[in-house]
Amino acid sequence: MSRKIRVLIAKPGLDGHDRGAKVIARALRDAGFEVIYTGLRQTPEMIAEAALQEDVDVVGLSILSGAHMTLLPRVVEELRKRRLDDVLVIAGGIIPEEDVPALKAAGIWEVFGPGTSTEAIVRFICDHFGIGPEDLKTVGESIAL
Amino acid sequence: MPDLQALFESAREGDRRSLARLLSQLEEGGETAAQLSALLFPYTGNAHVIGITGPPGSGKSTLLNALTRAYRERGETVGIIAVDPSSPFTGGALLGDRIRMQDVAGDPGVFIRSMATRGSLGGLARAAREIIRALDAVGFQRIMVETVGAGQVEVDIAQAADTVIVIQAPGLGDEIQAIKAGILEIADILVVNKADREGAAATLHILQSMLSLSQPAVIRHHGQAMTIQGVKSSREGWTPPILQTVALSGRGVSELMEAIERHRAYLEESGEGEARRRRRIAEELAALARERLWARVVHQVGRARLDGLVDQLLRREIDLHTAVERLLE
Repeated sequence: MSRKIRVLIAKPGLDGHDRGAKVIARALRDAGFEVIYTGLRQTPEMIAEAALQEDVDVVGLSILSGAHMTLLPRVVEELRKRRLDDVLVIAGGIIPEEDVPALKAAGIWEVFGPGTSTEAIVRFICDHFGIGPEDLKTVGESIAL
Repeated sequence: MPDLQALFESAREGDRRSLARLLSQLEEGGETAAQLSALLFPYTGNAHVIGITGPPGSGKSTLLNALTRAYRERGETVGIIAVDPSSPFTGGALLGDRIRMQDVAGDPGVFIRSMATRGSLGGLARAAREIIRALDAVGFQRIMVETVGAGQVEVDIAQAADTVIVIQAPGLGDEIQAIKAGILEIADILVVNKADREGAAATLHILQSMLSLSQPAVIRHHGQAMTIQGVKSSREGWTPPILQTVALSGRGVSELMEAIERHRAYLEESGEGEARRRRRIAEELAALARERLWARVVHQVGRARLDGLVDQLLRREIDLHTAVERLLE
């Protein structure tokens, strides 16, 4: 896969805690991803529309409001409406263990709780696309030397 | 090839997913991008391309958002390319311009694409121009390209635009930086944003005096009028206006739109627009040809011989010009 992997980091819902999302965005950038960060208070429609326009490979959702059971499946639904079925959707934030199976059934590939290392998230994305973390760090096109 | 044709047609019919994929292909470069570029080229040349540049924090994205809203009210469609730098160490990038474009992001008449600089400078300018052409070819009437004004990359990209807006804001303390980077010279329109803030008058004054450096000045010397020739402006017949805006409240945005229209009219009436388009496409042709010729040289000479020449250069056994002569033999 020579293509740069593009990741959308978004915060659905109304809570104003974007520190986690920013930490993840920064960590993914440092790992070599192209990260599009859209900020706070995003509706599922806004997130899906941004994912479409930016042609991202991954959508990362950060949610701490407790509304994950309604909002996260709706993001997946909006993505599917736009035929973005091949986008990897992952989530992080305050999400109780018992909610995880239902979220996975709804199309969220993985849920990362508090305390997850950013390396674990990078590894998960890399495994999904069948590449190693070193493959991410290709800096531009070489000048044939 | 038929796939690319179908992709392009679907994008032209307004399918946004096809357009997004097409832009990715163009950004990737290579053979597919070249084929796509050839497909869409005949449909280009209709959009008005506006470049917006300025230092971080000057309010580029917010102003762009306000302009987009105003163009949408007039029924025009808007394509936006927001460029942010890639890390030179990891190749990663954090693209955050969409944060300030929330209220136009969901509009079906607007398409926003974030772009990372991805290492090579020439490569970015080329990819950005391909993306501008693609948005043009699928029918967007206004295309706005936003870059951080800090150096040569931004100057290159801004020059892909018909009208270049350079934004400054009070309190950033980088008027001199802007001059050093050659940012002011490329401005067709200068904007002091955040004009409601303290220090706006000073920023305006500095820009005015900087700009007057490039105009002939008449002074009185021993009672006689003397004309001091300023630095020759590259654009005859157009003096960049300096406008004040408050992008957040929308103040000054309609004046900015008028200035953009005046500049657009000037481009057409003076022949400068035609001259710019000519210069631009000739430069692109030369850049592309250089790149292809180099690829051909590398292919014919072979990597081993190339490495050998580099070794000789490092040992100071030959000089650069001799090395080039040997490559071209």
